[in-house]
This record gives sequence, structure tokens and C-alpha cells, in this order.
Amino acid sequence: MNIHEYQAKEIFREHGVPIPPGEIATTPEQAEEIATRYGKPVMVKAQVHAGGRGKAGGVKFCKTPADAREKATAILGMDIKGLTVEKVLVTEAADIASEAYVGIIVDRANKKPVFMVSAAGGIDIEEVAATTPEKILYVPVDVRYGLRTYQAMQMGFFLYDDVKKARAAGKIMQQLYSAFMASGASLAEINPLVVTPEGGLIAVDGKMVIDDNELDRRPEVEELRDESSEAPSEVDARKANLTFIKLDGNVGCVVNGAGLAMATMDLVKYYGGEPANFLDIGGSSNPEKVVNALRIITADPNVKAILFNIFGGITRTDDVANGIVTATSQNPLKVPIVIRLTGTNEEIAVKILEENGFAAMTDMDAAVQKAVQLATTGGAK
Amino acid sequence: MSVFIDNSTRLLVQGITGRDGSFHTRQMIEYGTQVVAGVTPGKGGQRFDDSVPIFNTVAEAVRETGANTSVIYVPPPFAADAIMEAADAGVKLVVCITEGVPVLDMTVVYPFVQEKGVRLIGPNCPGLITPGESKVGIIPGRICTPGNIGVVSRSGTLTYEVVYQLTRAGMGQSTCVGIGGDPINGTNFIDVLRAFEADPRTKAVALMGEIGGTDEQEAAKFVSEHMSKPVVGFIAGQTAPPGRRMGHAGAIISGSSGTAAEKIQAFQDAGMGVAQRPMDFVKLLQERM
Repeated sequence: MNIHEYQAKEIFREHGVPIPPGEIATTPEQAEEIATRYGKPVMVKAQVHAGGRGKAGGVKFCKTPADAREKATAILGMDIKGLTVEKVLVTEAADIASEAYVGIIVDRANKKPVFMVSAAGGIDIEEVAATTPEKILYVPVDVRYGLRTYQAMQMGFFLYDDVKKARAAGKIMQQLYSAFMASGASLAEINPLVVTPEGGLIAVDGKMVIDDNELDRRPEVEELRDESSEAPSEVDARKANLTFIKLDGNVGCVVNGAGLAMATMDLVKYYGGEPANFLDIGGSSNPEKVVNALRIITADPNVKAILFNIFGGITRTDDVANGIVTATSQNPLKVPIVIRLTGTNEEIAVKILEENGFAAMTDMDAAVQKAVQLATTGGAK
Repeated sequence: MSVFIDNSTRLLVQGITGRDGSFHTRQMIEYGTQVVAGVTPGKGGQRFDDSVPIFNTVAEAVRETGANTSVIYVPPPFAADAIMEAADAGVKLVVCITEGVPVLDMTVVYPFVQEKGVRLIGPNCPGLITPGESKVGIIPGRICTPGNIGVVSRSGTLTYEVVYQLTRAGMGQSTCVGIGGDPINGTNFIDVLRAFEADPRTKAVALMGEIGGTDEQEAAKFVSEHMSKPVVGFIAGQTAPPGRRMGHAGAIISGSSGTAAEKIQAFQDAGMGVAQRPMDFVKLLQERM
């Protein structure tokens, strides 16, 4: 789960990381009011779940409150990578002497959280990694011992020669690590970590991604979810316990299992079609999930054909067949449907489908070809 | 011969009385797996389906029954502890089926099982099956048939799809191993490839990977340097949009080191066969055997 910059910074602040004062505004008037209260130049920053906000014009320096109002007017309602900006963070602008990057991710290769720090901050860290990898220090952390002081100091000295700054940076690393662990994060980032002309350190931008598997045991983190910043169909799907990602094609896919779902999408593309979505109904099936899946898929006007690809293991294919029958009797389909199912209780499933006027296929390749053809020709059955 | 499990496997089931645990225990027994014990805290002394003895702790179950392998069906919040309990009790192979284990839990579990010298498969995996001998996990037994193709995969149902097609084409399997789709898992492609290379029954390997991470690239490197047996690979997620998590937490493309194109290139560079579609495995394996 993504959270906003202002939310990540709030968590960092709770763990002691120095953060410039800032507040959220949803109107230009609020932005002006906040800037007036601070009595200093501010930054107005779009709060959306997308990278590259600055390049898109969603982050602006404002000298005066009137300026903040004007910039907020431009940014609120702006579209950044398909997401509408509904909130801006108004935060005191920091004077910058130098910028560094500090991040932690859970690294698959090390099987540990790994710190990445670089004195080349303020820019895209992937770019630094690609062009000047020697400018990044990686420090894996054994969670059983936590981030030790010597490791934090090693990173501090990698960033700053001055012992005072190195020590202050080391302290921030430990605070960031504690924020990361306490929130069940898979990524936490300060970019940039700024040295002010007075020599103080301050985290000017913050980012956090939370491991979805942590949310059940961390209701306080789940509360940070901003549904207005997600596609409505994806919110709907999540509430129905389906994994759904909307795409731009016209073949609606309902599959059990993530790997098979991806392989199905790939095969749609292989035969010249475009998948309208990724949808995994998950392992243990019930007819209700199928009803919800069909409701979500048919709500997309781009969908010209629906493809079910079910390989029953834990999933019982008769559950899926019952779901299809229930859903289509409630809401008759306006587009053709291709159903491929095989595995657990297949005979029962085929019988249910045929009694209700549906054809069932057993071969994945043939089913995908048929769905693509129906979606392209607009298909009479 | 086979890989990791065979007819000498003595299995205990953690979470044997739960919904998934009980269903799949019956399936495993029906397949012929020796299920010697179950563990559900508070139900020690009872029997599952009037036959399998249930214990309160894994240590007790191992002591009383000589179980050497454990399979875990407990809910996600308890999975990390269940793995550690099994490793601590002295079983040599732990298979965790549970989906949704927090990745930070795995950062604690992984070094623990390493230090205990225990093989962990999963979490978030379908388990493994040595057709005709033993099945541990949830892979449907009837789609498999004994033979000489080793199958290793990060996915569940995609594995079934490929195994089903191999079986229909008359190509049986030595062992099928689902290593799971999570970012941190116990056994990786290389561990399984090494075992297949050493297994006399296995003559060729089908490998199903996904976008995200670099496990497939490392597997390809291992194939080119250490494998004498032919390996055919497939990557799911070629059409996936970057930066989105596709159900499997592992299947997220971030940066340049996880794309399907990069992995397919690595397979080609290693001289592996590359299946464009799941159905291409049969032909590509036949050509190489």
C-alpha cells in the first residue's frame, strides 16, 4: 500500500526524524492561510501516489502567501500520471546547502532490509545506481540485531566528513529504521536529506510503501489508506477480496492464481488481443467472489469479451460455474463470454454451465484464441 | 530417486484441524503420503479422522512419531512462528503453504532456518509432489504422473497448467516443486536445479518464473555453468504494467532488473529453451531429450 508524503513524514516525525513544519490544504485559501501563519517561503507539493511529481509541475516554491495560493490553485485538480491531485502539502521551504539520499528496502537477494545511502541526493536513485553505482553505499541489516550504531555511523561518514553531521545522520538512520520496522514497511525513503546553511539536517521529502500483508495486524496503518487516490474499480475489488488491476485492453480476464493470471494475459497479447485487466480470484473460491469479479469486469465499457481461465486445485470449478450462473441471471451479459475450466469438480461444473446455456472449454490456448477473436470481431456467439 | 520427498517421507501437518489443513490432509493421505501426525495447540490427544494423532506442539509430534517433514496451513499471523517451531523441533524439510506472510517476518525466519540447517519451501507456495510416491501441499495429484521431467515454479495454478499438459503428452514428472511467489522464500530456483541435476531420475527440467527480482537470471547463470540436463523456461507477466504488484508480492517490476524481457534474454544467453506459451513446454522438452 502506498501512503502519501505527508503521512510518511508524520510517521518519521513520531520516530524523531527532523521534518520541516507542514500542513495539508485542499483549497488554495487554506494554502494561503498556512503560508501566512508560517511567515516564511513555503513549498506547495501535490499529494498523489505517483513518482515524478516535480517534473509534472506538482511541486512549487512559493515566496509569499499570495504566491502559495496561486500555485495551489494550479496544482489542485492537476492530473499527474492519471491521478487527480486533491490535496497539497504546504511546508516550510528549507535552505539547502547539500542534499543526500537515504532509503531502506526489503531486498530479495539479501533477504534482509538493506539501507542505501548516497551523497548524490535529490535525484532519482535508480539513475544514480545505473550511472554512478560507486556513489551508493549498501548496508544490509540483520533484523535480529537491528541497525547497530556502528552501521549507522558508517553511513553517516559515507555522507559527511564532519563528525557532527555524521553523528546526526546516523541518528536519523536509526530513527528511519525504527519507523520502517514499526509500520511494516517494504520501503522507506528520505530524498533529499538536506544540510541547511546552519549545518542542521532535515528530511525534506519522505516516502513509504507498506507491505499489504502487514495491514491486518496494523489497523492504524490501514487507516492511512486514501481510497480517493486509487481507481474505484480497484477499491471495489479489494473489498471483495480480489486482486484486480485495471488495464487498457478489451478482453476481460478472470483467473485463479497470480501466475496463471499473468500467463493468461500474456497469451491474450500473443494472439493479438489486449487484456482489460489482471484479476485473480484467489485460491479458495466461493460463488460470491465470481459474482463480484463479473460485476467489476462488466462495469468497464472497454471490455468486449470475457475470458474465464480456471484451473481447479483448491478452487472448486463448480463454485466458479455457480457464480457465473448467479451473476449472469442477475445481470445478463452484454458481451460474449468464453469459459475454460479444468480440475477439481470439473464434471459438475460443466454440467451446471451446459444446463444454463454456457459452453465450457478445457483447453487454455483454444479458449484464449476464441476470446481474442470475439473481442476483435465484436462477436456474435 | 526423486527430489526432497519420496515414499520414506513422514509428514506432520501444522494446522491439521483448520479448514484448508483438514481438506488437504485428506487429499494427501488419499494420494498415499504417510501423514504421521498433526499439530493443533489445545487439541493434543485427539485424532484426526479417527486415525492421525494430534499433538499440542511440533516437538512432541516429532518425538512421538519420528516425523521428518512438516507442512504448514496456519493463518498468516502465525506462519512465521510455525516455521520456526518446526525447524527447532528437528524436522529436515518445512513446507509453508500459507499465503500473506508479512515479509519482515520472513527476515527473521530465514536466518533461523539457515542456522538450523533446515530446508524451507515457501511460504505462499503449492508445495511439492513426487508423483506416485508422496505429495506435500496442495498440488492436485491426478494431474501428475511419474516420469523424468523435473518441474520448478514460482506459481501455483500455472504449474498445474504446465504439468497437466506434460501429463497429457505422456511426459511424466520426477518431482514438481512450487517455490512460492513471495519476495523472501526459503528455497530458490538454484537449490531445486542443483537437486534435479543430481537426481538420476530427472532427465530434463521445466522452470516457470515471473517478473520481479533476479532469481530467474541467477537460475539461468547456474544452468549455463552447472547443468548438464536441458532446461526450458517460461516467464509470466510479459504484459504486466511496471510498478504494479500482481497478486504475488514478488511479481512487481521495479527498476530494470525484473522485467520479462531481461529474464527471457538471460534464458537465451544460457542456452535454455524459452517457452513463449505454457503449451510450448512439451515440444521444447521433447526436442531436447
